[in-house]
Amino acid sequence: MKASKLKTQLPTLLAQTLVVGAILYVALQLFQNTQANLEARNIASGFGFLSVEGGLPINDTLLPYSPADTYGQAFVIGILNTLFVSALSIVLATILGVLVGVARVSTNWLVARLAAVYVEVLRNIPLLLTLFFCYSTLLAFLPAPRNSLNPFGDIFINNRGMFASRPEFQDGMGWVFLAVTGAALASILLIRKSKRMRDETGRGLPAGWLSLGLLAGLPTAAYFLAGQPLAFDVPALKGFNFKGGMVLKPEFSALLIGLVMYTAAFIGENVRSGIQSVDKGQLEAAKALGLKPGMVMRKVILPQTLRVCIPATTNDYTSLVKNSSLAVAIGYPDMVSIGGTIIGQNDQAIEIIGMWMAVYLTINLVLSMGMNWFNAKVQLVER
Amino acid sequence: MKTIGKILLAVLMLAMATTAMAGTLEKVQQNKELILGVSEGVAGFSAPDSNGRWTGFDVDMGHAVAAAVLKDPDAIKFVPLASKQKIVAVSSGQVDLSRGTTWTMKRDGKQGVDFTVVLFYDGQGLMVKKSLGVSKATDLDGASVAVVSGTTSELNVADFARANNIKLETVVFDSKKEAFNAYVAGRTDAFTTDVSQLASLRAGATDSDQHIILPEVFSKEPLSPFVRHGDNQWKDLVTWVLFGLIEAEEKGITQANVLEMKKTSTDPMVQRMLGATGDIGTFVNLDNDWLVRAIQAVGNYGEMYNRNFGPDTALKIPRGHNNLWTKGGLIYAMPIR
Repeated sequence: MKASKLKTQLPTLLAQTLVVGAILYVALQLFQNTQANLEARNIASGFGFLSVEGGLPINDTLLPYSPADTYGQAFVIGILNTLFVSALSIVLATILGVLVGVARVSTNWLVARLAAVYVEVLRNIPLLLTLFFCYSTLLAFLPAPRNSLNPFGDIFINNRGMFASRPEFQDGMGWVFLAVTGAALASILLIRKSKRMRDETGRGLPAGWLSLGLLAGLPTAAYFLAGQPLAFDVPALKGFNFKGGMVLKPEFSALLIGLVMYTAAFIGENVRSGIQSVDKGQLEAAKALGLKPGMVMRKVILPQTLRVCIPATTNDYTSLVKNSSLAVAIGYPDMVSIGGTIIGQNDQAIEIIGMWMAVYLTINLVLSMGMNWFNAKVQLVER
Repeated sequence: MKTIGKILLAVLMLAMATTAMAGTLEKVQQNKELILGVSEGVAGFSAPDSNGRWTGFDVDMGHAVAAAVLKDPDAIKFVPLASKQKIVAVSSGQVDLSRGTTWTMKRDGKQGVDFTVVLFYDGQGLMVKKSLGVSKATDLDGASVAVVSGTTSELNVADFARANNIKLETVVFDSKKEAFNAYVAGRTDAFTTDVSQLASLRAGATDSDQHIILPEVFSKEPLSPFVRHGDNQWKDLVTWVLFGLIEAEEKGITQANVLEMKKTSTDPMVQRMLGATGDIGTFVNLDNDWLVRAIQAVGNYGEMYNRNFGPDTALKIPRGHNNLWTKGGLIYAMPIR
């Protein structure tokens, strides 16, 4: 029996081996050709340039950076910026997307229509245009540094960014962090205990309020006991611009707003289709049990919706990561922008393109893996 | 977008056969067409006019070469290239000749291209709004500057700031237009690129008299058309056509009088150049009327300059360094003999 199985499978196996062999052969040829072509034209190749001083300025960095750093360090700064804007966008787009999706199926005519208009407009306009729109609107709307908006406190908003005080930790701040950790641990224990008590006796503790009190009270007490170990670096207008403090640049804000609004439209549609896929009987059953509409949505509909929309939303997340490369158009120094500059100074395009591809591939594979794991977990609960 | 262009170029490199790399001259003559890399639209240098015809200084340079090689100044296929693409486009053989770009040691030595003749001595400068009240670049400590990606200008502006111990916030844009728009919208205090291009962009702005170009020029940007590395036959040809245009200005040969000069001039140098005597065209694999055709197409160097940058144009860039060496400039042709 085994032999006959082998016999029927043999042609297939042979064909597959041949195809794989052919692909490998072509790949090898391409690689060798490229190498030979580069050599023949006296074009430098290899990754040696990464350890050379780049001299390229980057205006928005998460880590300390100066033009005296290497090309490799500059590229890492770019990767971090890409990751940062993508991660933040994913979180915000998910929140906005769920809201939009829920609004889409709202029984309130106006809310449902507004959500529909939002989805159709954002989904049908190229993201690049949305970004240009966000950026130029921001720039046109915001005043020059000398006429900064000052909504409250030490917050200043102008066309160079949003400036706020930066907290600077002094000695003794460790006690405050310790207090925060302690309060958090105590809260977790409290909530668990409350849950157990409710399961056993039907009556729990007011754990939410107690934890809140702990989380607010303990660190505050520690802060004052340690002698207020916190100073602020306050931004101040000096010369052309504000100096000091923290800043949110308009390029970053425009990119974030654009990505979030665009992706939220797609996620909203996923959520809508998910909600509509939940059997009507579920809704009726929940209503029959006397749950309020908000409860029905939170406890009955949305948990089942999530399951349906996770696979589609994974796609939207990966698209978002790739779309963040449009940052280059509006001056945000993401990985593609910085890589482009490195190509401009170095002309080792193939290496940089390879690095771009590797980084995007890695980010998106990790993201997909995480989402698939989450998906599997959510699916299992159903049983 | 441009990224796609770059990837296509990379694929092109991958796909090209290793051996078949015929001489560019042969290829151009066979296809009866010169593939010229131009900018994506920089007024004065290379930009399409209202009829979609490419015009500008670099375009004239291409017409001269096409006239000399193909006897038809219009036998050109224009390929607009972003700053980031231009080097790879030439080194990979996608275009035969590229618009002028800064001649640097690295590009010449390590990036697979060869430079011909510097046709425009440029330098990077800064433009600010008059209302800012700044008169020199070192006053800009703490200011922000819009920069175009994919050129040496980021490096230059960072070096300038480090050398003068001032801090500049650079905002890097993919396209010149976006960078200029951000500057006009007030996102940045200044805008930096080569002075000629500052003039070109300023000429196109609605409030062109509200912007000033600061006197400091903090880089040398000798713009030279360039060709693929290792094709000496083609490089020699382009080089000498361009020298010919410069020499023509020195000798007073113009678009209008070139045929006349060929017949009547008694200057042996002019006779040689225009093919009245000798066989000088064959030194670079051309015929004897090579330079006559080039000058008939675009005139001499000075005529080319005035047509595109002169006082009657929107750019109005003074000749300055770009005057003939006999008039205090740097433009100098090697002897044609």
